[in-house]
Amino acid sequence: MTETLPMAGAAASVNLAGLSKNDYRGAPTTLCQGCGHNSISNQIVGALYEMNIVPETVVKFSGIGCSSKSPTYFLNRSFGFNSLHGRMPAIATGALFGDHRLKGIGVSGDGDSASIGMGQFKHVMRRNVNMLYIVENNGVYGLTKGQFSATAEKGLQLKKQGRNLYMPVDICMEAFVSNATFIARSFAGNAKQVKELLKAALSHKGIAVLDIISPCVTFNNQENAFHSYSWGKDHEEPLHEISYIAPRNEIILEREMEEGEIREVAMHDGSVVILKNIEKNYDPTNRFEALRVMEEAQQNGWLITGLLYVDTQKPTLTEMHNLVDTPLNRLTEADLRPDRSMIDKVNALMF
Amino acid sequence: MNKVVNDFSITVGTVNGSGSSTANNTILRTIFKMGVPVSGKNLFPSNIQGLPTWYTIRVNKDGFTAHHERRDIVVAMNPASFSRDLESVAPGGAFYYADDIKLPLNRDDITAYPMPIKSIIRADANIPANFRDLVGNMVYVGVLAQMLSLDMEIIHSALQFHFKGKQKPIDMNFNAVKAGAEWAKNNLEKKDPFYVERMSKTQGLIMADGNTAAALGSIFGGVQFAAWYPITPATSLAEALNEYLPQLRKREDGKNTYAVVQTEDELAALGMAVGAGWAGLRSMTSTSGPGLSLMTEFAGLAYYAETPVVIWDIQRIGPSTGLPTRTSQGDLTFTYFIGHGDSQSIILLPGDVYECFEFGWKSFDIAERIQTPVFVLSDLDIGMNQWMSAPFQYPDTPMDRGKVLFEKDLEDLKGNWGRYLDKDGDGIAYRTLPGNRHPLSAYLTRGTGHDQYAKYSEEPKMYAENMNRLKKKQETAKRYVPAPILHKRKGAAAGIISYGSTEAAVFEAQHLLEKQRGVKTDFLRIRALPFTQEVETFLKSYDQIFVVEMNRDGQMDQILKIEYPQYATKLKSVAFVDGLPASAKWILEGILDKYEDGGKKAAIHKRKPTDGKKSAPAKKKAPAKKAVKSKTPAKTKK
Repeated sequence: MTETLPMAGAAASVNLAGLSKNDYRGAPTTLCQGCGHNSISNQIVGALYEMNIVPETVVKFSGIGCSSKSPTYFLNRSFGFNSLHGRMPAIATGALFGDHRLKGIGVSGDGDSASIGMGQFKHVMRRNVNMLYIVENNGVYGLTKGQFSATAEKGLQLKKQGRNLYMPVDICMEAFVSNATFIARSFAGNAKQVKELLKAALSHKGIAVLDIISPCVTFNNQENAFHSYSWGKDHEEPLHEISYIAPRNEIILEREMEEGEIREVAMHDGSVVILKNIEKNYDPTNRFEALRVMEEAQQNGWLITGLLYVDTQKPTLTEMHNLVDTPLNRLTEADLRPDRSMIDKVNALMF
Repeated sequence: MNKVVNDFSITVGTVNGSGSSTANNTILRTIFKMGVPVSGKNLFPSNIQGLPTWYTIRVNKDGFTAHHERRDIVVAMNPASFSRDLESVAPGGAFYYADDIKLPLNRDDITAYPMPIKSIIRADANIPANFRDLVGNMVYVGVLAQMLSLDMEIIHSALQFHFKGKQKPIDMNFNAVKAGAEWAKNNLEKKDPFYVERMSKTQGLIMADGNTAAALGSIFGGVQFAAWYPITPATSLAEALNEYLPQLRKREDGKNTYAVVQTEDELAALGMAVGAGWAGLRSMTSTSGPGLSLMTEFAGLAYYAETPVVIWDIQRIGPSTGLPTRTSQGDLTFTYFIGHGDSQSIILLPGDVYECFEFGWKSFDIAERIQTPVFVLSDLDIGMNQWMSAPFQYPDTPMDRGKVLFEKDLEDLKGNWGRYLDKDGDGIAYRTLPGNRHPLSAYLTRGTGHDQYAKYSEEPKMYAENMNRLKKKQETAKRYVPAPILHKRKGAAAGIISYGSTEAAVFEAQHLLEKQRGVKTDFLRIRALPFTQEVETFLKSYDQIFVVEMNRDGQMDQILKIEYPQYATKLKSVAFVDGLPASAKWILEGILDKYEDGGKKAAIHKRKPTDGKKSAPAKKKAPAKKAVKSKTPAKTKK
């Protein structure tokens, strides 16, 4: 433990990876001023910086929509693929086979994931692809200027659309029934919680779904709308306060501080997520409990936030495929082309 | 009666799902190993069990193995198709039928042979009741073996191959073959002229289907990622990857250098394959027309995002409820222009099983070199039927991984590179791969909205320049795609162009054209788009060029006319599709219909060819004379 830590109180210029916060930033945003998505981008920058993650070890993915533009606005030094509407999961699934050591960060929206991409959303869950899957959820299509999305609540009024007739899709519930191994919800206005959940999700091995209610300031921010700032602030019902503790010695310190009301969830890399329970002794590893709180929140119109469910024991997709240690995209002809002698064997296998 | 040796067809009519493929493959393989050129075509319906299905075998001493309409020998195992099967036998032909089918035999111009399949099978106590129908098919193998003089030892080795050496099924099936042969020997009197005699024309050849060959070729090409969704007739390609990858890429540590993923649909299949190709893997998918439709958006993205990926399209008749188990060359124009806006595809066109293997590995080299999707258009006939083939050849060139920069390269360049910078003037820029740790390696991929350094841009000039560079890549591709194959004949007056599985039928049609009409032709089989110089040279060389293909609208003809408008008036489309594999008959008739002799339509085209002409069955109502030896009366009376 001889690593030099930044001095307390001083403005740290670099993190343990030797990188400044600027190394984590992206291009200036072109989204609307006040958009919840920008706040999330900032928290991604903060989370990765604080976790000392080298940007080159992360790959960004997105589909199409306002949310899907945002990977341009963080992590300039990470590879990224802004793909097709609703098809980010497929691109990410294939790409992460290229180098199994890489962590995916996918940013999608409610249109991208809950409508056109619902099929791929659910299949990326069941394959447990090693990525953080953020849904920036605002209940509305922004880039096409204000249509209902599938997460819009029944009865919502929008200027040109009239009243929404249909029941909403619950992102966390869909992830849950598709056997996602990490499911959390937050609210873009709650920056601290967003960042702590991002850190926990990035430590998770496998798919981590983060449904972030991210109000659209332009097309869906009426006082009474589910995906608005004022509604979110009033109805936010955190399951727990959450602290993410990085691996190594810091864990002990935090444990002492949080004695009493805490519950720890150990992540695969030795880090710990500490949940400080607000009302109940919530156990996010219990599937019945997770289903119960989600159903309860839905019936009561609560915006339930926090870590809803986690299973740290499931193998990831690339683990299931039992890949060689060397990343596949570093293999050469010697590894990939069968030996010359094999051609006779193959011909002999034919009749 | 004159013997007809090694020149006839056998058609077996059975019920789909009754397990006749083992029997039919056994006949095919036996004739093949007797040294006689042969082909087998499975003409099957879209159905798991119950509908009529046919398998045709063409035996031809001269090596003409294309599908042939004339039915010399018909085996009728299916009551539902019995009458049709009986009617289809050419005059002078032979008709073998399961004698439990109690339907009238109304032909006296053919020889009919009853086969007591059921009683022979029941007589063998070793055959469990639930295997009787399956093994029953082997009885007709035995009867045919006796009547055509097939080699019993080779039949045995064919069964050994089929059952991968498992003794129990080998014995059970071979006993049924022997019982059938024995019964025929004692009870049937040979009255038809057809015989198989040993030749030495297939020595050194192998027999395989194109989908297996494609999978094997891909493995020798170092495939690392395959994503696929089940669809006839492409399914067996991915299944062959699953079968052979563990054998051919086995490592001591037991770990895998590849992954094969069955996806939720074709969108995800190509999506994953594009993702993997982008990340630097030799990546592929396999599908058929309807699946390719679903892949269109990703195909367009891959073109613009300049991502290497190989897409096999085993063509069939679409849509889902078209004729999904029937062959076609109907996806050519769709594939050539697939995408959005201006896009042109690189397409490889394997003509046989051998080329399925070759293009299996070559397609990866081209895709990674040009950084673009490469489509390989096979079809059901090549993909799912057993073809004779020269043995597969080990790749004769090292892998071409294209322009990829790793950490060291970037250090040497001092990070000075642009993802879309045309440094070499061939339209192909250098790329980096995720996982590269150099701080200047990363870039964000999107469609066309970028500058030369992959930064977001909607600048008009930038867009136009980028599009021109993509077009330049298409020019560059001409240096890498397989050239066409030219078959020249001295004194040829006209040209024939075809591609894919029609080759064998074109050869036969050429032969008939010359033999019957004295018309000599040169033949160019195109193996890739974009066209290489050889195509234009060929177009220049003749006054009339017939473009032969298995679709309605003459798709290759259309593309040739677009690419070479100066020769458009010389091109004559001979396009036909009815779901059956290409035959010399329609090619010959199609060419004669448009052939012009000395500037005017040839008088000869009025005379219809006789060879290959569909035989009109005699409609006589008199009962057929059964060719049963008098000492043993037939068990069934009609």
